[in-house]
Amino acid sequence: MSVVFLVGVDCSACGERALDYAAERAKARDGRLVVAHIIEWSPYSFNTPQDNEERHRRREEEIRSARAEIIDPITQRLRAEGVEAEGVVRHGHAADTLAALAEECGATNIVVGHHGMSRLRARVFGSVASTLVQIADRPVTVVP
Amino acid sequence: MIRKTAVATALTGLLACCSAWAQDIGIDQRIDDAIRPAADAVAGFVFSSFPVAGVQIPFVLVWLIVAATIFTFYFRFINLRAFRHGFQLVRGDYNDPHAAGEVTHFQALATALSGTVGLGNIAGVAVAVSLGGPGATFWMILAGLLGMSSKFTECTLGVKYRNEYEDGTVSGGPMYYLAKGLAERGPGFARLGKVLAVLFAIFCIGGSFGGGNMFQANQSFSQVVNVTGGEASWMADKGWLFGLVIAVAVGLVIIGGIRGIARVTSKVVPFMAVIYVTAGLVIILGNLAAVPGAILSIVTGAFSPAGIAGGVVGVLFQGFRRAAFSNEAGVGSAAIAHSAVRTSRPVTEGIVALYEPFVDTVVVCTITALVIIITGSWDPSVDPSAGVQLTSDAFESAISWFPWILTLAVVLFAYSTMISWSYYGLKCWTFLFGESRVADFTYKVLFLFFVVVGSSMQLGSVIEFSDAMIFAMAFPNLLGCYFLLPVVKRELNAYWDDYKQGRLPKFS
Repeated sequence: MSVVFLVGVDCSACGERALDYAAERAKARDGRLVVAHIIEWSPYSFNTPQDNEERHRRREEEIRSARAEIIDPITQRLRAEGVEAEGVVRHGHAADTLAALAEECGATNIVVGHHGMSRLRARVFGSVASTLVQIADRPVTVVP
Repeated sequence: MIRKTAVATALTGLLACCSAWAQDIGIDQRIDDAIRPAADAVAGFVFSSFPVAGVQIPFVLVWLIVAATIFTFYFRFINLRAFRHGFQLVRGDYNDPHAAGEVTHFQALATALSGTVGLGNIAGVAVAVSLGGPGATFWMILAGLLGMSSKFTECTLGVKYRNEYEDGTVSGGPMYYLAKGLAERGPGFARLGKVLAVLFAIFCIGGSFGGGNMFQANQSFSQVVNVTGGEASWMADKGWLFGLVIAVAVGLVIIGGIRGIARVTSKVVPFMAVIYVTAGLVIILGNLAAVPGAILSIVTGAFSPAGIAGGVVGVLFQGFRRAAFSNEAGVGSAAIAHSAVRTSRPVTEGIVALYEPFVDTVVVCTITALVIIITGSWDPSVDPSAGVQLTSDAFESAISWFPWILTLAVVLFAYSTMISWSYYGLKCWTFLFGESRVADFTYKVLFLFFVVVGSSMQLGSVIEFSDAMIFAMAFPNLLGCYFLLPVVKRELNAYWDDYKQGRLPKFS
């Protein structure tokens, strides 16, 4: 069974180091990468009827643009480097969704970057990396 | 950019004509005089009544209650037996993670609720308790519980027969299920369905100008005047000005497409609802000793009222009438909001919709009623047009600064209800006149115009007109629902079997 690294990315330029780290490991262990972008979304938000009417269309647009602008450039680059990579775009809470995704794709390891927030900011707004460390049922690597 | 310019032009135009009127003294009176005959005529027709035990009972009310009762029995007390499952659906236990990002049951319910929780819960309850005594609360709760079955039926149909367009947007509501659903039953029914759909659309447009708009503007203005000093307030004779400000605020969202405002409001409104309910509970818990007496007066007042015109029938009438106006069950409006949910089983949204009358009437209205009864603020001799003022006084007697919070709540509730109803009305408008930018814009300008009219009119004529248009929607809607009951039953039975057998995929 091959080794799978799940990497969470925010945008195509950020999370570079997490990505490089995961790519190196994958190369070394002949594994593959699953590159995931999570669009922040809550099932419990309050919307206007107009928002709801257009939601399905907007979701498709969001997924399409995330693929085109974030995921595809990354997976193409990885493949050019000879790493087997696949891209995923999901809606949800970033940490929860990454944890669920890890289970779904049988990831050995979850790799994320972090934003370098101050301690107070992280306390107040929560940090994806620290939440993920708490809830994930498999090793999480946080690359600074 | 063109849109923004158009908005600016439209709003300035509105402003200009209103300030021209304002130079005349008694502009409010003029608008009231001009609209009153029409309002009275419409109300007289919709509320055609027959006497029962000396009280004039409007046929439409009997129509609503009979339907709610029949639906409750036909679906074997769906309002009670699906209650727990409804909660699981709202909580998201059955949400497929792969559909994350679509409209969830919670979101559809929350959107529909923000269109119904509003002045009906605050002003309407005060009117009911004043005219019908504490006993009206009992009938209001009963009407709320029965109304759950009407909501179940119409929201299931709303999802089943909605239109899904190629660009991914959806449109649903009674006009679609009346037209498409009845057409399935044969050519004769198809014609009937079309007639009912058109009638519904016309009444809904009227309702969006009346209860969904003028009533809201009127009552929130009356509360603003009340809190700023009543008769002596600087605002007292400036209803048109208040209306203008609200019209601009609504216009920015519905014409200007400034989503930010709608988004902020949709976050603040549930927060205000929580504050309102909490304040109510604080007053109730603070007067715990008075609660058994209040409950007793609700129960005894329901069956043997003292000094209420029409006795039991009169009380029942007041309770049912305000409940129906508040939760809109059987009216069909909510089906428009609920139909945007993403689900392959229409019944699920019907089950979720059970919570709408429950939260609106059984919870929020009851809290208001208890506060009014406990604080002794109801007074059978009070002018029924006092509406929201009466509730405000009740809260004030326990929490002196609360009327200010209530004013904010009232204005925000009114605002979010207007945004919702402008959407319902627009859907019906485009159903009748087709989707075009001109049709769209015409409706929205008319809608804003009625905001100004509503805050300028006396309450009496506004309430009559609002009630009339909203209740009129129930005629075509429920008539169509009767024919479509077997469809809902089939869907329900298949779904309920799957649920009971554990065949539904559960994700948490």
